[in-house]
Amino acid sequence: MKEKGRFGQYGGFYVPEVLIPALEQLEDAFFRFGLDQGFASELEDLLSHYAGRPTPLYYSRGLSQLVGCTVLLKREDLLHGGAHKINNALGQALLAKYMGKGKLIAETGAGQHGLATATVGALLGMEVKIFMGTTDIGRQRPNVLKMRLLGAEVIPVTGASGTLKDAINEALRYWTANVKDTFYLFGTAAGPHPYPKIVRHFQSVIGREAKCQCLDMFGRLPDVVVACVGGGSNAIGIFGAFMDHPQVRLVGVEAGGLGLDSGMHAATLEKGKVGVLHGARSYVLQDEHGQIIESHSVSAGLDYPGVGPEHSYLKDTGRAEYVSATDEEVLDAFLFMTRREGILPAFESAHAIAWVMSQAGRFEKGQLVLINLSGRGDKDVESFIRQRPQVVGADLKDSEHKGL
Amino acid sequence: MSSYKQVFLSGKVALIPFFVLGDPDEQTCLEIIGAAIDAGADILELGIPFSDPIADGPTIQKADIRALRAGMTPQKALTLISRIEERWDIPIGLLVYYNLVWHFGPEAFYKQAAKAGVNSVLIADLSIDDADEVYPLARSAGLDTVFMVSPNSSDERIRLVAQKTTGFIYAVSVLGVTGARDTLSQSAIDIITRTKRVTTVPVCLGFGISRPEHAAAAAAVGADGVIVGSKLVGLVEQNLSDKGQIVRSVRQLILQFRSAL
Repeated sequence: MKEKGRFGQYGGFYVPEVLIPALEQLEDAFFRFGLDQGFASELEDLLSHYAGRPTPLYYSRGLSQLVGCTVLLKREDLLHGGAHKINNALGQALLAKYMGKGKLIAETGAGQHGLATATVGALLGMEVKIFMGTTDIGRQRPNVLKMRLLGAEVIPVTGASGTLKDAINEALRYWTANVKDTFYLFGTAAGPHPYPKIVRHFQSVIGREAKCQCLDMFGRLPDVVVACVGGGSNAIGIFGAFMDHPQVRLVGVEAGGLGLDSGMHAATLEKGKVGVLHGARSYVLQDEHGQIIESHSVSAGLDYPGVGPEHSYLKDTGRAEYVSATDEEVLDAFLFMTRREGILPAFESAHAIAWVMSQAGRFEKGQLVLINLSGRGDKDVESFIRQRPQVVGADLKDSEHKGL
Repeated sequence: MSSYKQVFLSGKVALIPFFVLGDPDEQTCLEIIGAAIDAGADILELGIPFSDPIADGPTIQKADIRALRAGMTPQKALTLISRIEERWDIPIGLLVYYNLVWHFGPEAFYKQAAKAGVNSVLIADLSIDDADEVYPLARSAGLDTVFMVSPNSSDERIRLVAQKTTGFIYAVSVLGVTGARDTLSQSAIDIITRTKRVTTVPVCLGFGISRPEHAAAAAAVGADGVIVGSKLVGLVEQNLSDKGQIVRSVRQLILQFRSAL
């Protein structure tokens, strides 16, 4: 490897020997093509004409009134496929094409990254396999069907919890056996080097756009930038542009599940210890013996006991702060946004909204709070109704529930 | 405590069975290991069970889950090793994932492993690039080092591995994870030949060594030892309802491998 891939003590590439040559090849391709002008303009063309960039920066009247300051939403939910994941999927798939690899594999939790990979696979004519935990397949049915419709093979992964962690394990194992012709399109800013840097690079467009839009609209930078954190790709994507402006407060919102003291959460940065998971040193949720523990969240996309290494570094240095929102707060935020703004936020993104809502009255009136609305919540409608049936009429019959 | 060097200098091809510590439970595990040693094992490769073993196929994943459910922990695993060492004089290589070592505290882990009677610690997800994170700890604890090479490792990387290896080089036979396989691949022959060409450090072949003839073929091209894992661990899984049968079938398979070498 040319670089160590470190963020302070975090990161690195802790993988079996057999994967090292593949990571070396990827690092080499990323430095050669990823930063090349021709590659960049091909990607830019796809991002604007296919994916729908730039995405709007939207002034949310409802949230602003509730919270007592100016709340802005970076509308990544309006991208093709419904989430920020397409930014990275297009970038990495193009990289795969430049490297001459015709097969893509990816892990997915909520299904958004799997969907984005299946989408670019269809667009670029590449064979796609998506590894997905059985628990997640159960709770993200619409996305599973869409992936299959797009021609991807969805491979169910049982593992310990049947969630994102197990899907990554299995994708890594598959990659180990198929490194020659297969490109692993990693979905979040975690995993072994060079993935955290590649994903940050391809997601950094979110922050760059938001910064310009904020300057255009208000003539100044936001005071607070808020994003949800599972692995942390949308957060690192929007944080990047503000990193060198110390006056901008960066807030990452983790999944608080049933509460931080319940043991049922995915608040890796708040409750984890430093360890090594999926090829990187970072905070990890683990038991007293160092076994990785199963996380819990209403949102499949944040249901992960690890976190990207750069977030661990930002936490330790204090440049970003990490907080959490519980499942209940997320459901409240989801409902508030649908009723007051006509926007269905993804459960993942609703964590960022929920935390901002919990801060009502604590921001100064003139402050600008920028939330990364990283995805849309169509995939979560079924899950929401299961948990709050009374919202759409408590007298709904069982058969109607199932038809949703 | 006997050393790797004694085994390799004896001139025979080392037979190295792999088991997961505490699978399916501590007592049965001890009996299995006893049978393996009686039947002719020269070195033991023992794994501490981990929740997320990314280098392992389904057979060893399931063994890890069984051992964890039976209450195995890194501390108990080291105690189990000291019990093995009390009874038998055989070199032991430990196979772990890095998070367990990190969580234990790397320095304490190496010291306690040495005290328990371990000869080397192989971390499955730590490549030669980061060997320096553990190499000094291993040496100051008096342990040998073992690192892996795989069919896609360049000659340059194999040389790096050889420089840092004092025990034996663990040559992975295929691109892939652990698991029983029907045939010994050409890549297995190639990796032994390539490694032997660049170093005099002993080379042992692992992953997919499922039949005595695989071991014989590896020995014929110069392997100094063979590691048999999933095939043996699979016998535990297939005979869970009859622990005596696990022990008998392990003994029988080791005898077959022994006579092939």
